[in-house]
Amino acid sequence: MATLEQPPVIEAPQAVISNGRWIGYVRLLQMRMLELWREPEVIFWVFVFPLLLALGLGIAFRGKPADVTPIAVVAGAKASDVIQLLQGLPEHAGIHADVLGPAAALDGFRLGKYALVVSMDETGVHYRYDPARPESVLARTQVDDALQSAAGRKQAIQTASTASSEPGARYIDFLIPGLLGMNLMNSGMWGIGFALVEMRQRKLLKRFVATPMRRSDFLLALVSSRLVLMLLEVALLLVFGVLVFDVRVEGGLLAILLIGALGAVSFGGIGLLTASRAQKIESVSGLINLVMMPMWIFSGVFFSYERFPKMFLPAIRALPLTALNDALRAIILQGEPLHSQLGRIAVLVVWGGISFVLALRWFRWS
Amino acid sequence: MPVAIQCRELRKTYDGKVEAVRGLDLSINTGECFGLLGPNGAGKTTTIEILEGLLEPTSGEVEVLGRRWQTHARELREWLGISLQETRLSEKLTVRETLQLFSSFYRHPTSVDAVLEELSLGEKADSWVGKLSGGQKQRLAVATALIANPRILFLDEPTTGLDPQSRRQLWDIVRQFQKRNGTVLLTTHYMDEAERLCDRLAIIDHGQIIAEGTPAELIERLTGHHIVEFAVSDQTTRDGHRWGNLPGVQSVRSEDGFFCLRVNEPHETIPALLAEVQKQHAHLVHLTTRQASLEDVFVQLTGRHLREE
Repeated sequence: MATLEQPPVIEAPQAVISNGRWIGYVRLLQMRMLELWREPEVIFWVFVFPLLLALGLGIAFRGKPADVTPIAVVAGAKASDVIQLLQGLPEHAGIHADVLGPAAALDGFRLGKYALVVSMDETGVHYRYDPARPESVLARTQVDDALQSAAGRKQAIQTASTASSEPGARYIDFLIPGLLGMNLMNSGMWGIGFALVEMRQRKLLKRFVATPMRRSDFLLALVSSRLVLMLLEVALLLVFGVLVFDVRVEGGLLAILLIGALGAVSFGGIGLLTASRAQKIESVSGLINLVMMPMWIFSGVFFSYERFPKMFLPAIRALPLTALNDALRAIILQGEPLHSQLGRIAVLVVWGGISFVLALRWFRWS
Repeated sequence: MPVAIQCRELRKTYDGKVEAVRGLDLSINTGECFGLLGPNGAGKTTTIEILEGLLEPTSGEVEVLGRRWQTHARELREWLGISLQETRLSEKLTVRETLQLFSSFYRHPTSVDAVLEELSLGEKADSWVGKLSGGQKQRLAVATALIANPRILFLDEPTTGLDPQSRRQLWDIVRQFQKRNGTVLLTTHYMDEAERLCDRLAIIDHGQIIAEGTPAELIERLTGHHIVEFAVSDQTTRDGHRWGNLPGVQSVRSEDGFFCLRVNEPHETIPALLAEVQKQHAHLVHLTTRQASLEDVFVQLTGRHLREE
């Protein structure tokens, strides 16, 4: 191949294109969205899974006109007296009593089928209840009241009560903002953390930095793709909640979207930090789960974190998902204005900001 | 001819222990196709990645198109087209989308359609990258480098694992680029590739250049650039020294029951060889002669084969 003759100089295939400043960013964002759209798993986990979860939990804990509390009455001479006393009063339609042998009654109680075991003999009425089970405590009070007043106790004050299952105070209302927050965390961590390590493992990041691509454009496109997805996630869950469960959205849409965007970006930053050095997708998967696990449990996605001991509450409130869930609930359910959420916004900004700064310092492109 | 790539006293030590590159000097001219030839782990990839500005050398100087990476990285990036070893491009983007993406990073790229046509990827333009064959993927990798409309093309093991037809297609692409006055730096461990494609090459072993020149020069440098390869039937004749004393033999190598004699004049050596075989009452089961290749150069220089791990 030694140059015996000078090769003729052929012009490059028409190099007429001139690219503007932002074309790289636009293409990166466009291709990221295309890739996500073509990945069936992403569609499922980001869009379908939260809806299924909301549907399943919403049905399991749906508001009923009035709860019927099942109780067991131990068979004996006085069992029918108990049943009669209970049935004698109109407000006790809420109690369903089965008459059973002592062993069967106890078994049913242990397995949670009955909230209360009532036995009556010559000495009086005996209740077996579990103080740790709210419905058990409730049943004991209800049945005792029923028996006492049926036996002739005079009410000191006339009272009346209304069963409340208004939209806005049901479990599904509590759940939807929590699912939204959890979804923003999941997709931020996986959508940025996992995606980056995968690209690093495929040497695609290295290939990109071998071009004049601006690294800031690349990260910006990644975050932007999260924001676009966030819009869809929020819209989908809220519309689903409104249409299927009649959830009432009290707060302004703009405020909800701003908090959603802040949450998406903040968790994007944490995802970026998680992915800043990991070389293998196996190791980053473990890290992501490690970061998310405490928040699944403590941040009040499925139940209120107020149930944890008081001393833990300040730490729990400092978690980013807690701040996000609380802010979403305050705005969606209570219609609070954005400026009332400054503390929670600050928590998200601090988490996101510190993560971004550290991530950019430690980030490895190859 | 102006120099396109130059490096002096290049060294790279990983973690303060592993010396991947140990004092390497290179000077590659504009319009040249220069090959780095060497076995796996010789330091080829480390060298090319330092020249590409992807790795920092531990010490030494690099100049590409008269610029340094420390001061002109952005400018240089616009001028270079790079294909790394084993990049897995996004499988769920089409060929066209992948090229559109890469083209968007450059200020003055070549048109996507022109590159698609030049690399015969037109028919596959709308297929997902994941559905391409190995050869097509490799051509796409080179296409992402050519889309830059580069002045220098860096190819790290561009044909490893490809079938012969795909390899030849890639060679044509490289020659085409050279005809437009482009400079090419490639690494390979295939000596036929180096021999046919490269104007000049450097043989690298243990992070150092052990020989440099045109393929013809390197082979010329071998004292005795013909190879006589044979095998004999009889066990007792498998003593190498016997053959080393034949006229014109420069060296004897034995492997897998074969003898390789490096000789100056085959027509002097072969009759003597036949006579010797007869004298031993053995007979030949194999006899070939050929021109020495780069492989023989490498074996002479290192005592090992290129493809050995």
